[in-house]
Amino acid sequence: MHAFVLVLAAFAASAVEMVEALTIVLAVGVTRGWRSAITGVGVALAALALIIAALGPALAQLPIDALRVVVGTLLLIFGLQWLRKAILRAGGLKALHDEDAIYAAEVARLRAAGTRTAHDWYAFTVAFKGVFLEGLEVAFIVVTFGGSHGETGLAALGAAVALVAVLVAGLVVHAPLSRVPENSLKFGVGVMLTAFGIFWSGEGAGVEWPGGDIALLALIAFVVAVAGGLVAVLRRRRVASSDKVVLA
Amino acid sequence: MKALVRFGRFWYDFIVGDEWVIAVVVVLAVGVTAIATRLGWNAWPLLPVAVAGTLAFTAWRAVRRASPPS
Repeated sequence: MHAFVLVLAAFAASAVEMVEALTIVLAVGVTRGWRSAITGVGVALAALALIIAALGPALAQLPIDALRVVVGTLLLIFGLQWLRKAILRAGGLKALHDEDAIYAAEVARLRAAGTRTAHDWYAFTVAFKGVFLEGLEVAFIVVTFGGSHGETGLAALGAAVALVAVLVAGLVVHAPLSRVPENSLKFGVGVMLTAFGIFWSGEGAGVEWPGGDIALLALIAFVVAVAGGLVAVLRRRRVASSDKVVLA
Repeated sequence: MKALVRFGRFWYDFIVGDEWVIAVVVVLAVGVTAIATRLGWNAWPLLPVAVAGTLAFTAWRAVRRASPPS
């Protein structure tokens, strides 16, 4: 019974962290392309394997709060930049496909310069950071849950089952996601990165979020409300100014 | 020297992007939150408020830039 509870606790705690990483990877992969996102995931997993192999139980000594501040702050900056552009597009202040044009121009430039592949560093970095930080948290969970009961293997089993479950969920969700309109998807990505960025940078800065991890859902709702409100204001303003032009 | 400038410009474009206000406000907000929590205040409202303010301010700046001078 005790072993079952330990596996279940490690499974649940790890699954929460993995779903967070999956959300970020899915968002980046669907909007920016899978190649760089998957490369980011692969490099993050390799870095994690190296750190875990090198440190083992000493992992618990890593300054996780400092990592959260750095990763959270960068995610928040990236998320706000992305969200701002999505708001301006939805509000009619920016062309819907400007980033595609910029990306296509960059690809053409790299090809002209003889570069064999166009690597999207943005997608790579965001996927890397998401998987690296969450993976490190899963490793902490395994070490602390397992270490405190003297059964790291069982905790690792719970985390492994969570990994399989979350991977299957990702494969199921991936296809319907790719049918969502482009700017809506970018809007969603901006919301997710911003909410995760607020949550992690806040945690790293020492904040205790009301309700713990549940606060993340409230932050997502808050960012959606703010961004949606701004889109509505921009659209209303645009309609009002076009009415003025017609009257003149 | 040129390579160094290019390297610096790459990181500036990558992190700061085309709206520098976002990076400045985020770094300040995280810093102030860290100081406030060390002083004993659980300053969780600061970051959401900073995010809402930044989005509104940058949208307003974009509207101003897009409006033709009267």
